[in-house]
Amino acid sequence: METFTIRAQARAPLPGAGRQAIVGVVASGNLEVLLERSETGDAVVVDVTTSARGFRAVWEAVVADFIARSSPGGVRFSIHDNGARPDTVTLRLLQGVKLLETQP
Amino acid sequence: MIPEEIVRSPSWYESSARNRISGLLDADTFREILGPAERVMSPHLELFDLPPAFDDGVIVGRGQLDGKPVAVIAQEGQFMGGTFAEVSGAKIVGLLRAVAAAAGTPNGVSAVLLLLDTGGVRLQEANAGELAVSETVRALIDVRAAGVPVIALVGGRAGAFGGGGIVTACCSHVVISEQGRISVTGPEVIETNKGAEEFDSRDRALVWRVTGGRSRVLLGGADSYVKGDVASFRAAAARSRNAAPPFTLETMAAEQERLEKRLSSYGDCRDTPEIWARAGLSDPTSVPDIDDDAFLALLSEREIKHDAR
Repeated sequence: METFTIRAQARAPLPGAGRQAIVGVVASGNLEVLLERSETGDAVVVDVTTSARGFRAVWEAVVADFIARSSPGGVRFSIHDNGARPDTVTLRLLQGVKLLETQP
Repeated sequence: MIPEEIVRSPSWYESSARNRISGLLDADTFREILGPAERVMSPHLELFDLPPAFDDGVIVGRGQLDGKPVAVIAQEGQFMGGTFAEVSGAKIVGLLRAVAAAAGTPNGVSAVLLLLDTGGVRLQEANAGELAVSETVRALIDVRAAGVPVIALVGGRAGAFGGGGIVTACCSHVVISEQGRISVTGPEVIETNKGAEEFDSRDRALVWRVTGGRSRVLLGGADSYVKGDVASFRAAAARSRNAAPPFTLETMAAEQERLEKRLSSYGDCRDTPEIWARAGLSDPTSVPDIDDDAFLALLSEREIKHDAR
């Protein structure tokens, strides 16, 4: 297992009023993402716990791509990964911010 | 695009535990206890280099079903096989004890809905898991003794095996779909210990013919058979809340008699078609092949009913 934190700045705070959301399951080739609106301004924090060692550079690229496509400012993402592929990770992150944005 | 019928009526088997809960209860009524943000997780998995889950694979809480309060426990079968372990077990036992303590007060619930999806005890924390199963059985019996029915809903990927099979058998009412399976010793374990001649775990048709929903409901291991969509499980849960038998000595004696009769009638059968032939079904080999509507028609025309539990 490997654990690390990625910090970044988004273009803007995430719209919507949702405080917290969870998507995905820690199944084989899958991951869970807990989203909490706990950061200030445009800051983004991604805490990763993954079963696959040695892929930090790939995670950083996926997160950078996701933040460029979305605007998840103010959100902390806590991830438990069980060997998901990068495209699955991107989909889960996008699914999570969509849920947080549209929550009442 | 996702087909309209799948959006309207998602499959129980394919859904996650969280999505099952939201489809089962009245909209926006679920209140989770010890939710993912509380981060109450397994302290053991890290030693095995395995990633944890924020809810340790069990979701517990309260909600409403047709306007009446219910307690809900859902296992996520995709995480570690939906296992009974230290934290997940404590969540199950804690909720059951709270339900028993609140019975008859304004905080009481009309039923406990137990969404089983488990291969049994989590081997990485086996002692705690075995204890969790026995504590769950004890707490479940206390809930029933307090007059609150416990309804098992079985139709997930992992089925209800090991301790999950034992817990299912202790419930007031068991709802199952074709995909659902209930047993104690799983097919792979039987094959490992007794050989493929005894039970070939790779023969999927055999596994479902013996442990699957249709066999279980025909033999009385389950009480209600439903189509595999979430809405059907919801309707059956609401119906069976009022149909659960009282938890009395008479019910237990009737259950014992029913099981003894079943054993003496079919105990020497080698496979399920033999049982259905002996039970007088006109086409005993077709049971796994007919569609759900035909199977439900078969159940109702033969008035198959197992009243004890």
